[in-house]
Amino acid sequence: MDKENVFKLADLAHIEISDTEAEKLVRDLSSIVEYVSHLQEVSGVEALEKKVGAFHNIMREDENPHDSGIYTEKLLNEAPEREGDYIKVKKIL
Amino acid sequence: MIDVSSLTIDKVHEHLVCGDFSVKELVDACLSQGRKHASLNAYLEIYGDIEGEIKRAQREIDTKKEKADVLTGIPLAIKDNILVEEKKISCGSKILEGYSATYDAHVIAELKKRGVIFLGRTNMDEFAMGSSTENSAFGTTKNPYDEKRVAGGSSGGSAAVVSFSGALGALGSDTGGSIRQPAAFCGVVGLKSTYGSVSRNGLVALASSLDQIGPFAKNVGDTRILFNAISSYDPKDSTSYNEKTRKKMRLDVSSKKKIGVPRHLFKEGVDEDVLANFEETLSSFKSIGYEIVDIELPSSEFALSAYYIILPAEASSNLARFDGVRFGLHKNGNDMIGDYGATRGEGFGIEVRRRILLGTYVLSAGYYDAYYNKAIAVREKISEEFLEAFESVDVIMTPTTPTPAFKIGEKTENPLAMYLSDIFTVSSNITGTPALSVPSGFVERDGKKLPVALQIMAPHFGEEELFKIGCEYEGLRDTKDGIIK
Repeated sequence: MDKENVFKLADLAHIEISDTEAEKLVRDLSSIVEYVSHLQEVSGVEALEKKVGAFHNIMREDENPHDSGIYTEKLLNEAPEREGDYIKVKKIL
Repeated sequence: MIDVSSLTIDKVHEHLVCGDFSVKELVDACLSQGRKHASLNAYLEIYGDIEGEIKRAQREIDTKKEKADVLTGIPLAIKDNILVEEKKISCGSKILEGYSATYDAHVIAELKKRGVIFLGRTNMDEFAMGSSTENSAFGTTKNPYDEKRVAGGSSGGSAAVVSFSGALGALGSDTGGSIRQPAAFCGVVGLKSTYGSVSRNGLVALASSLDQIGPFAKNVGDTRILFNAISSYDPKDSTSYNEKTRKKMRLDVSSKKKIGVPRHLFKEGVDEDVLANFEETLSSFKSIGYEIVDIELPSSEFALSAYYIILPAEASSNLARFDGVRFGLHKNGNDMIGDYGATRGEGFGIEVRRRILLGTYVLSAGYYDAYYNKAIAVREKISEEFLEAFESVDVIMTPTTPTPAFKIGEKTENPLAMYLSDIFTVSSNITGTPALSVPSGFVERDGKKLPVALQIMAPHFGEEELFKIGCEYEGLRDTKDGIIK
């Protein structure tokens, strides 16, 4: 783990960090990664099925929709910037 | 003014029904405790507009008398990551600035139906990341037993509020110990129930495969009342178990009267006084006919490592939604992507940024197999060992925490040291099994009495067993000792 790595991760995660913070993060993340690397000592788990949770593909019928527009104002009111019934963002293309 | 410090939910219900005091007087007594202990910074907000709810609850009690619901008129506090419609919610973070919840969490809707009065929202580590409530953007919650020490975390506000009777109970969330550890530090009871027993709908997600909402209360009986009120099946949470499956998963509860203790996990890092208190607790169980059995959970030594891979991985993905576009804080950058970076850079505190980067790292190409895949395989292994252990014992016991409440600032510079305070609690999140923290007495530090606690763990849907054993244990102790006035 070095500063370049940390900036790369921050970039992937869309989080701006300062230079001094990156230095501290190098130290913090290195010690945490070193600790969790103890997992490599565990053997004999390769054959275990790798799954998370007891449920898979919980689906429901796409039916009985609520009336169109009843939540629009409520949700749009939370947006930092809006224009009419749209959320406003900076130009993308 | 009523003295609420020694009142519990079941007793209060009787008083309300008999007319010894009104719902309004009860609420005022709790709020007065809140003002008295305001310096602890446990409540982030006390709701100002609850007169209507109070009147409605009072009417309900007056009409139905002893047939009124036990929770009608009961004041509760809610951790600030559970949605209450039209109320502000911050998750202890600046990034949700100005945001109000647009719907009720499932648990809130259930409690509203029962006539509960929500007094306010409680402080927490930002997005529930922490073990001390020092990571809140709104200041640290202090321990009611010693203001120089932490209340624990991440649900530190809820634990402290119940401890000084600022409410009769509270809800928190537990991802790796965030209910049980602060409950232990503040001398109250806390439950992390079976994964899938309480709906996560309306809980702001930290790590979805580990998170559970759960109750804080002054005793095991109240904890049971609150758990039963919130643990219904909810089709809006795809991991919520329906009643049929719950029954099927419940093991045969015929008690073997055997308690398993994984002593090999306490070899180092456990405070001597905490250990002595724990041994004393075990002796009291022996005195009422329980057999104490040494058990081995070899892979549990790796539980914390697996946890600190799985948690950041899930958190980095869950927290991607906080981008300053649809709700909350917005900061301007040079372009759309720049807006994201600026909003998330300024809105998230250091621990949240640290864990998002860690999650991004363990999930990145080339590391995924070595970290994330290994961690979920180890998770399976730990679960297998737990289930095997429960074939020969009813419950497993450990201290809830390796030390009593630590000093404010003691661990803030060393994230790893902070993480180690969850060493005994993470396993039941990893395995999805229920665990209850019950106060087990006090140890003395700097002339102050600090609470310590016993953790009781049961197999999936073994909550009733936990309540039964928890109540038996309370019967052996002087539970009036050390109550915060």
